[in-house]
Amino acid sequence: MISRRDFLQATVAASAIYGASGVGNWSKLAAQQALTQDQLLDFDTFGNVTLVHVTDIHGQLKPIWFREPEINIGVGAARGQPPHLTGQEFLNYYDMKPGTPHAYALTYLDFVALARSYGKMGGLDRVATVLNAIRADRPDALLLDGGDTWHGSYTTLKTAGQDMVNVMDALKPDAMTSHWEFTLGTERVNEIVAGLDFPFLGANIFDATWDEPAYEPYKMFERGGAKIAVIGQAFPYLPIANPDWMFPELSFGIRDERMAELVQEVRDAGADLVVVLSHNGFDVDRKMAGQIKGIDVILTGHTHDALPEPVMVGDTMLIASGSNGKFVTRLDLDVRDGQLMGFRHKLIPIFSDVIEPDKNVAALIEKQRAPFQAELDEVLGTTDTLLYRRGNFNGTWDDLICNALIDEREAEIALSPGFRWGPSLLPGEPITREDLFNATAMTYPEAYRSEMTGETLKTILEDVADNLFHPDPYYQQGGDMVRVGGMGYHIDVRAERGNRISGMTLLKTGEPIAPERSYVVAGWASVNEGTEGPAIWDVVESYIKQQGTVQVDPNKSVKVTGA
Amino acid sequence: MELTRRGAIALGAGVAATLALPIRAMASVDEAIAEFTGGAEIGEGGLELITPEIAENGNTVPIEVSAPGATAITVLATGNPTPKVVTFNFGPLAGAQRASTRIRLAGTQDVMAVAKMSDGSFVSTSNNVKVTIGGCGG
Repeated sequence: MISRRDFLQATVAASAIYGASGVGNWSKLAAQQALTQDQLLDFDTFGNVTLVHVTDIHGQLKPIWFREPEINIGVGAARGQPPHLTGQEFLNYYDMKPGTPHAYALTYLDFVALARSYGKMGGLDRVATVLNAIRADRPDALLLDGGDTWHGSYTTLKTAGQDMVNVMDALKPDAMTSHWEFTLGTERVNEIVAGLDFPFLGANIFDATWDEPAYEPYKMFERGGAKIAVIGQAFPYLPIANPDWMFPELSFGIRDERMAELVQEVRDAGADLVVVLSHNGFDVDRKMAGQIKGIDVILTGHTHDALPEPVMVGDTMLIASGSNGKFVTRLDLDVRDGQLMGFRHKLIPIFSDVIEPDKNVAALIEKQRAPFQAELDEVLGTTDTLLYRRGNFNGTWDDLICNALIDEREAEIALSPGFRWGPSLLPGEPITREDLFNATAMTYPEAYRSEMTGETLKTILEDVADNLFHPDPYYQQGGDMVRVGGMGYHIDVRAERGNRISGMTLLKTGEPIAPERSYVVAGWASVNEGTEGPAIWDVVESYIKQQGTVQVDPNKSVKVTGA
Repeated sequence: MELTRRGAIALGAGVAATLALPIRAMASVDEAIAEFTGGAEIGEGGLELITPEIAENGNTVPIEVSAPGATAITVLATGNPTPKVVTFNFGPLAGAQRASTRIRLAGTQDVMAVAKMSDGSFVSTSNNVKVTIGGCGG
């Protein structure tokens, strides 16, 4: 028997990094010629079971730009550990070279130049090609979708998730779990689930009144002579992070006891392999892997991390497959006699100019988009600045949204939620309505305008900061830091709850925020029922049209210490 | 044994729940514990308290306590103006020394359970429960 450690090392050694020299000098064509579809798909089929993992696609049917985070701070046990390594630290840890395709796919470094060389990533028609190749090797490979699928684009919003349901149906998943799906409302979710050919799993979704399971917790599969249990774990903090009035019948939570019971239940039922298809977020999964014995593989989601190797916690393997269709993970396993004997893993980057689209799925995608094509393509303006969102603090997309809120809603301060979804746009590109909706599409878009005291603003910042930087991941609610326009502040991420934020300053005047004074605040995506105001995309569209060409100055108003 | 909330209510014959009334508004946690234990020493182990890490709604937070062999379990919300929440007494006919209910929490705080075992000894445990404004998620 080969130990897992040996296998991990073997895998790392075998995973070739393509095109290892100074790509910055190459022309786009030369760079892409160095990559071939065969290289990207190359994989020596191994063992008797194959898992394929996609997650957090956020409605992205077409290839996109997606800049990985520059700031992604780990606290507590996660400090300095993957996935909290970015840029050069990430490259050093995984022994990758700057300028390579992997550096472009996995870090923010030199993003604009490398994006122009290597092209967009993702596209579910390319993902289909990868799936076809994997299924040619292993016809009964399990495709598992980690959720945040029926959300995040113009067409997904307009069709209440139907475009994604139709295209995913063609990819034939074996199971999925959920998060943003529930912002379509319980009724719509249940309507879709009734028509799915595969189970919609959520071991931690309970009826709020009776505290009894509301959705299927797991599904047993037989593959390669092995029994495989896939347990679904939905995002635990839906009723807190998203509007609970959209799914009032349901309660979520981490529910460790429930997970431990189910692992025992499926083992008792003869499972040789226990897989958790999770939307917990990476740090929560890392803790769960240490708390609950008997899980072989956790397919992580929610935090959008893409890791080129599994992270081992004891005997549990954590897999992180990125977001927005940018990556597909293939995990081949040798499962025998109720044990995982070895594995081979590959995080496959979906370079859209290299991987041939599957014709049928490409046609299906165009069919979903056709009724909306004119609206999608309308150009609202141009950006001079790289627009991106992902990162713990402000991204330029949110800076743009905050500027629009302050300008259009005549506010002193703007708040934009710490979402992780939303692809990037390169400098010089037109901003289409599709691009704007990729950063804003959701079912509670009202842009409110209200008065808040300085004290209230401090309370909000402290609350959100604790939900991101609490040293125990089970107490992290799941988003990035609220983005702030018009106000600067200092944050000590390692301070205690209630003491992280200081030096709040109104940028317009340079004066400190006074606790008792009222400020005019505009924001969007409030979880409160009955929030009033125009949709955020109307506010930002009006601002972009008025500006013509958008410029976002570098944001230096948040000072971070303790990282 | 798997016990759902519905089951717990059906089990009510053996479990007498006494909801504490706010008699003395600021009765301290220490006083409340002393009242329950009579000042006896408190150990650990054999008592399980299940709470959410983050409350979905601070006004109605589901909790569950379980201590095989206990004759009574008291629950304290240490950060509430009135910390005493509930005491469950288990008679000899109780099928299990387990109970669940929902409690109101004024803010982020430790929820504490103290159990009186059949031999007269006491054990306690506590969990931190966060009450947050929410929003901004993922």
